[in-house]
Amino acid sequence: MIRLVPRTDTPALLQIATPILAVLATMIAGGILFAIMGHDPVAAIRTIFWDPLFGPAASYSRPQLLVKAAPLILIASGLAVGFRAGIWNIGAEGQYIIGAITGAAVALAAYPAEGMWIFPAMVIAGAVGGWAWGMIPALLGNWFGASEILVSLMLVYVAQRIAAWMAFGPMKNPEGFGMPGSRNLQQYPAAANPELVAGTGAHWGVVAAALAVLATWFLMSRHIRGFHIRAAGIAPRAARFAGVKPETLVAFCLGLSGALAGMAGLFEVAGPAGQITDKVGVGYGFTAIIVAFLGRLHPVGILLAGLLLALTYIGGELAQLTMNLPAATVQVFQGMLLFFLLGFDLLTRYRIARRITA
Amino acid sequence: MNRRQLIASVAALTTISLAAPTWAQDEPLKVGFIYVGPISDGGWTYQHDQGRLAVEAEFGDRVETTYLESVPEGVDAERALTQLALAGNDVIYATSFGYMDAVINVAAKFPDVKFEHNTGYKRADNVGTYDGRFYEGRAVTGTIAGRMTKTNKIGYIATFPIPEVIQGINSAYIHAKKVNPDVEMKVVWAYTWFDPAKEADAANALMAEGVDVILQHTNSTAPLAQLQQQGKIGFGQAADMASFAPSPRVSSVYNNWGAHYVKSVGRILDGTWKPEAVWGGIGDGIVAIGEITEAVPAEVKAEAEALRDKIGAGEYHPFTGPLNKADGSAWLAEGQTATDEELSGMNFFVEGITAEIPQ
Repeated sequence: MIRLVPRTDTPALLQIATPILAVLATMIAGGILFAIMGHDPVAAIRTIFWDPLFGPAASYSRPQLLVKAAPLILIASGLAVGFRAGIWNIGAEGQYIIGAITGAAVALAAYPAEGMWIFPAMVIAGAVGGWAWGMIPALLGNWFGASEILVSLMLVYVAQRIAAWMAFGPMKNPEGFGMPGSRNLQQYPAAANPELVAGTGAHWGVVAAALAVLATWFLMSRHIRGFHIRAAGIAPRAARFAGVKPETLVAFCLGLSGALAGMAGLFEVAGPAGQITDKVGVGYGFTAIIVAFLGRLHPVGILLAGLLLALTYIGGELAQLTMNLPAATVQVFQGMLLFFLLGFDLLTRYRIARRITA
Repeated sequence: MNRRQLIASVAALTTISLAAPTWAQDEPLKVGFIYVGPISDGGWTYQHDQGRLAVEAEFGDRVETTYLESVPEGVDAERALTQLALAGNDVIYATSFGYMDAVINVAAKFPDVKFEHNTGYKRADNVGTYDGRFYEGRAVTGTIAGRMTKTNKIGYIATFPIPEVIQGINSAYIHAKKVNPDVEMKVVWAYTWFDPAKEADAANALMAEGVDVILQHTNSTAPLAQLQQQGKIGFGQAADMASFAPSPRVSSVYNNWGAHYVKSVGRILDGTWKPEAVWGGIGDGIVAIGEITEAVPAEVKAEAEALRDKIGAGEYHPFTGPLNKADGSAWLAEGQTATDEELSGMNFFVEGITAEIPQ
């Protein structure tokens, strides 16, 4: 009989190897799935993982990887900090939506003014909006012991309602013939978040995602707060004895991840999305949870994981176009990734031993 | 028009006439579709995909179709449209309102690709729009509803307060009232196009208020399932929903986009396509009335079919005066019909509807 024995220490190699194993396992399981569906598995895997990078239209899809990965990386960087402390913000999607709304509100209030101050003010407003939405579960948790998992998740649905209200009410484009949706910020130069250098795909959100990776790396490995966070995650009681206040950590982690998610929302609404609609949330806040775990809650890992997830989105589209694979394939793929990652994760914390039963 | 514009447009005209007056026959025309839902949704996207298949059936080897399904409106739309254009599609049909600005952006980058956007109002040199006059169908189902209700209360599961939905509610009410002066219209705003749980709740809320005939603007079969349990009736929406016939589904208003796609692709093939604002109704085949079942008395069926045929033949406009607005102000005088401009910005109920339009 096979038995799982807890490891006392995890080999560093295994830490790095498990995400790679998970990706390989996803490719194999996905390939089997494609074969059952009657598609050439090798061609499908190549279309999803190779063509966006080196295929015939790669000059377009490579920059799009950055566009798609940026919000995921930005949000996941913040989430991972909290996850390391055992603080589970599941509601980044809601913080993203609120950040998009508060950021866009600045632009719509300023319209049609011109000025260098407008875009920075939008970024700040987006961050503050996301931060405030993240503080609701933090404060309810600190004051009343409410679960931050449930409260942050439930607030996603509240945020979606607010977005619908905004799109059909206060933020509706007065020149939109009664149709829902705000003005398109792409068409308002002072508020737009365009490609900074043509052909790179990089907008301010991509820059912010890169900075977030650096900043959270510094925080977690060089700053005392990062040490507290890690300590609280590994040994909460010991951390408390060492003077780490759990309430402060909860507020810090939910506030930080909320602010980053809110900024991501703003960069998207001023850039690729363009406008506030009732569908302003497209699931980045949830996908970022996969990104955070796939990246082993490490800033560099998150960077790579965000790009990988972006690859599955864009490759999935190509597979639909060229091979008629159904869109659900991408979702199955992403689900498999998380499934295999969590599965292989077991190996980092336990080793397999054989036991002879009596 | 100044001189530069004139030169530019003359140059453009020359290029067009030199380039391709009719489509070269050796290579198939590549036709791309972008769908907001999965093709198996049994409603909105399913009907568009049926239209794609109708194009394949009509033109065979002369066309090659591809599609991207489940593309959310918003951040992904522009990339997905670009991918379709890069894949070599000669024409791209964008089948959801929220793709509008993305279509305009991508169309500007691909001037040689033709785009048609469903339900939108923005056009360009290579962007046309197409939509259905669903209110024409509602006139027919409204007539049936007015005749069939025993409680004199009919219900409408509305999606969002946008002109298309308001047209539908008004048209259904006007024609129910015409055949049943005592009829009353209850409206529930579901704030969704497709959410079976919410739609079922909406149907139950209406029935709790005494409603016994429900018209739905939402696209799932959940309201019909609830109606079936309580022995009341409704209509298929977007798709025919024939599996609920003969009752509770006594008829349906469904979208027959194939009628438009076949015409549009045909025009591209013979070189006569222009960026137009197509708003087609029963007469164009875009709006179709599903079979009226035996649950409806023969004389009501005949009456509804006569109305359908009159609208289809262009002899009758569902918004013909005298009609007043809900606030009591005059709208259309005797015999006057609503203009398309008025309809496409419609933001008021007609007199007699007591429900509110959320603002």
